[in-house]
Parts: sequence; C-alpha cells; structure tokens
Amino acid sequence: MTAIQAIFLVTSVVILGSALMVVTTRNLVHAALWLVVALFGVAVIFVVLNAGFLAIAQVVIYIGAIAILMIFAIMLTQRVAQDSGPQTNPNWVWAFLVAAALFGGLTWLLSAWSGFTTPLPEISSRADPLRQLGQALVSPNAYVLPFEVASVLLVAALIGAIMIAWDRKVDKGD
Amino acid sequence: MGDPITLIGKWLESLLFGWGLNPGIISLIMAVIGVVAIASAVLLIDILLVWVERKIVARFQDRLGPNRLGPFGLIQPIADVIKLLIKEDILPRGADKFVYNLAPILALATVLLLWAVLPLSSTIYGTNLNVGVLYIVAVGAISTLGIIMAGWASNNKYALLGAFRTVAQMISYEVPMVIALLVPVIMARSMGLKDIVDAQSVWFLFIAPLPALIVLITSIAELGRAPFDLTEAESEIVAGYHIEYTGMKFGLFYAGELLHALTVGGIIATLFLGGWRGPGAETYPILGVFYFFIKAFFLYWVIMWVKYSLPRIRIDHMLNLNWKFLTPLSLAILIVTAILDKILPRSPGAIYALGMLAANIIVGWITLQLLKSNVRRERKRVGEPRPVAQPETSAATITSQTSSSSS
Repeated sequence: MTAIQAIFLVTSVVILGSALMVVTTRNLVHAALWLVVALFGVAVIFVVLNAGFLAIAQVVIYIGAIAILMIFAIMLTQRVAQDSGPQTNPNWVWAFLVAAALFGGLTWLLSAWSGFTTPLPEISSRADPLRQLGQALVSPNAYVLPFEVASVLLVAALIGAIMIAWDRKVDKGD
Repeated sequence: MGDPITLIGKWLESLLFGWGLNPGIISLIMAVIGVVAIASAVLLIDILLVWVERKIVARFQDRLGPNRLGPFGLIQPIADVIKLLIKEDILPRGADKFVYNLAPILALATVLLLWAVLPLSSTIYGTNLNVGVLYIVAVGAISTLGIIMAGWASNNKYALLGAFRTVAQMISYEVPMVIALLVPVIMARSMGLKDIVDAQSVWFLFIAPLPALIVLITSIAELGRAPFDLTEAESEIVAGYHIEYTGMKFGLFYAGELLHALTVGGIIATLFLGGWRGPGAETYPILGVFYFFIKAFFLYWVIMWVKYSLPRIRIDHMLNLNWKFLTPLSLAILIVTAILDKILPRSPGAIYALGMLAANIIVGWITLQLLKSNVRRERKRVGEPRPVAQPETSAATITSQTSSSSS
C-alpha cells in the first residue's frame, strides 16, 4: 500500500464517519460542524488527486460560505438547535429504498467503467493545471458558454436578493 | 554560504540517506521537520509580539509600558504567559464542552496555516502553491468558523452577538479583499506567492497603490482590530466571542490575534512590498528573511498605528464603507488593471509601471471627487432645518397638522 492509498483510506473513513454523524446527531449545530468535517475531507481527496484549485475552491465555497450560512440559519432559528423530537418520520422506508436503489445502480454502472483499471496518466510538472483551467473557461472551443450562463444566473440571483431585501418604505415617505 | 537553512536541510537529508531509509520516508521526515521548525519559530516570535504590542501602545499613549522585568521589560511576556497558565480554567454552565475547547485551537492554528505559503526568502519557503492567494482566502474562511464556534459554544448572549458581528464583518470585507488581491495576481501572472515576489522587480506598492490600500483596510477589518473592533466592543458586548474564556484558552485567542496581525503584515509585504527582496538578498538568501521580517514588522506597526489612533466605527458605517465604497472601488481598479495589462507592453518595464501608476492616480482622483460631492450633499442634507418637537396645545392643531402634511 502506498502513502497515497493510506491517505485516501483514512480520509474516506473520516468523510463517511462524519457524514453519518451529520444525520444521526441530535444537535443541529453539531450536525453542521460535522458537515464541515465531511466537506474538508472531500477537499483532502481533491488534493490527493492533484487538483489543488478544486480543493481550495471546495474550502472557500462549501466551508467558507455554505456551511457558515447554514450555521447562521440554525442559530437564528428559535430553539431548532435543541430539537428533541423523533429523528425519522414514517417515510423512512421509502427514503431507504430510494437511497439503496441509487447506491446499487451507481455501483452497478461504475463496476463496468474502465477508469478503475487504467493507470493514472502522468501529469508533467511543467504544465500549470490552473492556467489550463482558466483558459478552458474562457475559450470558445471549451466551456465559455456554460461559464457565462452560470455567471448570468448568479447575477440574476444577486439582483433578486436585492429586490427582495429592498426597503420600499423609504420611497413612499415623501 | 548565506543560506544556512538549506545547508542544514541538505546535511540532514544525506544523514538520513546514510542510515538507509527510503527516499519517500526521508522526504516525509524532512517535511515534518520543516513544519515543526516554521511553526515553532513563528510561535516564538508570537511571545515577543506581546512585548512589542504593549511597548508600542505605551508609546502611542504617552506611557512607558512594561519596564520592570529585565532590560526594557523584555521578560514581561514570559510573566504574562505564566500568569495565563496558572489561571483557573472555567467552563461556563450550559457550554458545549468539545466545541468550546476546539475553538481557541482553531483560532491559533489557522494563523499558523498561513505561514505555509509565505516565502521567507528566495530558497526558504513552505511551498509555492499555484493557488497561494486563494489559499490565504480559504484559511480566512476556516478562521471565521473558529469564531462562530467560540461564540456559540460559550452559551453567552454577548459571545453570540460578538460572533455574529465578527462573521458579518469578515464575510463582507472578504469581497473587496479578494477583488483587490487579484490585482497583484494579474500583474505577476500567477497566484503562487513565490512567483508574485519574483515578479516584483518594482514593488507592486508603487505600481498599484490603491489595491494595496484596499487590502490593508480590509485586512484590518478581517483582524477585527480598531477601528473595526466593534466585534469586541467593550462598552457594548464586553469582550465579544471570547468573553467566557479564561487562562491559556484566552491566551490562545490573544496570541492568535497578535500573530494574525504580524501574518497580515507578512502577506501584504509579500504581495505589495516585494517580500524578501532587498539589496543582496539574491546572493545571500538569509538576508531575505531579515528584509521580510523588517517589512512585516513595519506593516504590523502601521496596523497598530491605525488601531491606537482611530475611534471605533459604527456598525452601519462599517457596512456602508465596505459595500458602498471599497467594493465598487476595488471592482473599478480591477477592471482598469485588467484592461491596461492587455494594452500596455510589458517588455520595457518602465512604461508598464508608469501606466499602471497613472491609472491608479486617476482612479484615486475620481474617487476623491465623488467622495467630495457626496460629502457636500450629506452636509446639505444634515444642515437643513428639521421639524422640532413642540408642546402640543390641542387636538385640533394636531389633526390640522397631520392633514396638511399628508396632503
């Protein structure tokens, strides 16, 4: 077993364990903090895969923005943090069936995938993956259209948030 | 000669190789030794920072500062640490024990993480990460998490309020900071901090003074230091998120804050003041470490200068300054820099540098004009006569007044 495999195994155990804690712990703030651990583990997996940019982006976006937003939402919602009700509802059987079917289907699909057996292509140390990613995002032959569509979507979301939060009473005053 | 650290590293490597270890384990051992060495050195400087901070604040406030223990009070920080260590450790009732104890560790550890990418000299650096600038932002995100954990786990309303304020401030000021950080990235054509230092044959401070100023202001806000210290405003919320912490747990927050200030100085020195660059630093890399720390400590002094000269800013002013002033300004300067970077020729460096500097001056001048007109408008608005409360005589006058004002 190489060092990379050892790191991968340890990280996977941490991710799965903390993901399990997210859904089983009763304290919602603890659940959010366990989610942070799981997301951080995914960032470690990205580092193992030589994808430094994705790892950092994972930390900035998922831990820096989304996890903190969730913790805020939980803390500002009254008494949700000390919820003592049952953790499942009668639909858990269906949820379990759907999850099991999805897991089984994915496993069946991926078992036929050739990617597991082909060795990793060597990345030359001269190539800068970040530069290639940046150029691919703005190149017309690559991903410029999805990139721009995503940007427009985000701008629309920003404007929508401003419209919702706009205090119109100020204009009505005079 | 001139590079003892690399020499020691080479010697250790050959020694370990002589013992017959395989190369993978040797590189692992060397990496661990490097991490321990940098972390220990930084934490040792941190102890000194307590003395520096107390001595300089004393000068600003026309006092002497610590002067009893040792020459110039140099042993004072050790006494401070001993005091913190022997203090009683209190766990508030209803506190979340695990999260409560984890938060101060996270607060100090995230600051240490930043030193992994700071190049101390041309040969002495942790790693030249190709996403170095983004890494600094990401570590800032994790330190926000530590503050939330401290505020929530303390089971104290002031701690929670302080944490809310801190997080609102850190998340807001991250926006202009990230945008302004992109300017040196554009100029150096790389996000790696070592590459950015290598590209600074002219310090970026002289080419891009406005982004440097924006990064300094937003960094002070990220630090939560005055004038942005409403996160621990003593008169409003006692001490903010670390109100319940005693002894060495408080000490970790305090050490983290001081070290963070020096680290921010180091980051700005790396991005805008040429990092380790200085006369003779290319041939004698150990001199680079010296220059780096001189610049970092100078910026640390600037941060303290601001801290002890300005009063605390109000929370709405804090948010207005960020969203209505710093963010548009940093966006404008980023667009101007990106366009000029494509237009200006890079080969004679003088044209590039002068063009960028001129653009910065013009943008700064326009900003000042806009601010001036804004000030004039605000003064006029504030100066206008306002309705004054008067004793009401009868119900009839009130109804007539309300009807006349509504019509």
